[in-house]
Amino acid sequence: MSTVLESLNAGLHGAMEANESVYILGEDVLDPYGGAFKVTRGLSTAYPDRVITTPVSEAGFVGVATGLALSGLRPVVEIMFGDFVTLITDQVINGLSKYGWMYGGALEIPLVIRTPMGGRRGYGPTHSQTLEKLFLGVPGLRVLAPSAFTDPGGLLRAAIDDPGPVLFVENKLQYQRRLDDPAFSALETRVQVQEGYATAATVGVAGAPRPQLTIAAYGDMAERAAEAQLKMAYELEIFSELVALEQLDPLGPSGDLPRALADSLRQTGCLLTVEEGTHTHGWGAEVVARAVETSPQKLGIARVAAFDSPVPASRVLEASVLPDVDVIVGAAQKLVAALDG
Amino acid sequence: MSDAAARYRAMLRIRRFEETILDKFPTGVFHGTTHTYIGQEANAVGILDHIREGDSVFSNHRCHGHFLAYGGDMRGLFAELMGKATGICGGRGGSQHIHWRRFYSNGVLGSAIPVATGMGLAGRLRGDDDIVVVFMGDGAMGEGVIYEALNMAALWRAPVLYVVENNRIAQTTPIELAMAGSIPGRFEGFGVPALAIASSDVDEISLAASKAIAEVRDGGTPQALVIDTNRFAPHSKGDDTRPEEAIEALWATSCPIEIHASRLDPIQREQLAVEVAEEVSQAFAAALADPEPDVEMGAA
Repeated sequence: MSTVLESLNAGLHGAMEANESVYILGEDVLDPYGGAFKVTRGLSTAYPDRVITTPVSEAGFVGVATGLALSGLRPVVEIMFGDFVTLITDQVINGLSKYGWMYGGALEIPLVIRTPMGGRRGYGPTHSQTLEKLFLGVPGLRVLAPSAFTDPGGLLRAAIDDPGPVLFVENKLQYQRRLDDPAFSALETRVQVQEGYATAATVGVAGAPRPQLTIAAYGDMAERAAEAQLKMAYELEIFSELVALEQLDPLGPSGDLPRALADSLRQTGCLLTVEEGTHTHGWGAEVVARAVETSPQKLGIARVAAFDSPVPASRVLEASVLPDVDVIVGAAQKLVAALDG
Repeated sequence: MSDAAARYRAMLRIRRFEETILDKFPTGVFHGTTHTYIGQEANAVGILDHIREGDSVFSNHRCHGHFLAYGGDMRGLFAELMGKATGICGGRGGSQHIHWRRFYSNGVLGSAIPVATGMGLAGRLRGDDDIVVVFMGDGAMGEGVIYEALNMAALWRAPVLYVVENNRIAQTTPIELAMAGSIPGRFEGFGVPALAIASSDVDEISLAASKAIAEVRDGGTPQALVIDTNRFAPHSKGDDTRPEEAIEALWATSCPIEIHASRLDPIQREQLAVEVAEEVSQAFAAALADPEPDVEMGAA
């Protein structure tokens, strides 16, 4: 039994053991604290010379890490809260995502920026956001999100081996999810390569009839979508296929959907995208656009996302803004009913 | 060639290159923009005299002089400004985003300072004695990420020489309207020693740079070299708002090539001038005849 957090931590330990060029930089990453969410726990004890605790200077240390990467090292940077990616935007967009390309294409920038996004902890408007959509569509940057259906630590190790820069989007609540969650024992999962080394997991209820609906999701919302999937199957007799994607960007080869998603859609003709970020201009909008552009059939379509609002601190208010299992079920029910009607 | 002649030639190459850019820009052979180094040639030549293989240089928007003094190819730089296939970055970067060997430049000014700091830190982590020289202007010092980088450089002993070419004007904004306090004080606040010099004499700058670079290399610590210098040409092209008399006064008192000229005999100067003019004109002609890039280079 292991959690997403343990898997990521083991991935970092494995990467540092395997390659002396791997360095960790971030705020409060040293033991005994081991990082605000403990993903880096134990690393500074095992590799004291290769774990560097930084001042509260997100833009600065991402720039420093870029310099390390340009010099042949493989830095892994932790941004303590995903909300703080706004501080590193210039380094990412005008710097590390371009250096390989704009200098003629021969340079490697093996740099991973890890950060936890997401709410439901009551941290309020500046510590609860899901902001990765701001970094989707940045040429030269790969954006990944681990999945409890596959191998979070393995994905992180592959990202560290990547010759190019990666934004690795974790989620605060996903950390405690189990990789072999007994709640999901009725689900069966097929894993295929999405693009490069990232995978797409196609998840369905074992023995269920042919799915009527495809759900596209990633990260913690993919796991919530799986809970919704079970609920729909047992309580509403709505059968769905969930495609949990690890790679947010590039989404698929040259304007296409990831193959697993296209395959599922061909069967269902009905797409529900699910994400924790705000609704407008979200990840789901691009997925839907590509589905419509590339699908030969007319599709039923709906999107689930957070309200276009800051994330409030109060438990009640926060829950009213962020999408949960019931919101996914409700949206799926409405979509399927509209198609049947 | 004597040191004096080599420095004269190096400055003249930069001057003639930049004059050619400004002269030919209106004909449409160059695409985009440019920021010339006319008036500041002694800085690049005096400082980069002291770097060696393994050292890295990070430059800014005003990078042509640094690149040529680093040893970069003139035809490749012309071609890059023309957007040709033979440009040093194949036409992707243009005037202010260039890379060759261990030379880099970026047109977002403060952004490069932490990256250069990381390059220096990498050398220390690997245990070699390579250093990094990074150039910035007084204008760049308005960007806060510089101060994050200086703090980390001092904390982590990154062997980096931070060169400030203080020409006291940021595009069109005079320093009095943009900077409070002193430039050396900004470094010293982080425990980074700053050597300040007001000179356009390549020999004086070279001497100061040799001291500063020795401190960085032997001491393994960051240092700053702040040079009061003068930009004779516009920020870019045709966007100079200073009165003509002020610019004429700069030419009369602080032209690095004129200051250095007295150290050479007139015959040698003339000979070097002819050689450099020929080199620049051949490099320009060769770049002009070079092919356009394959369009696949644009999106790959």
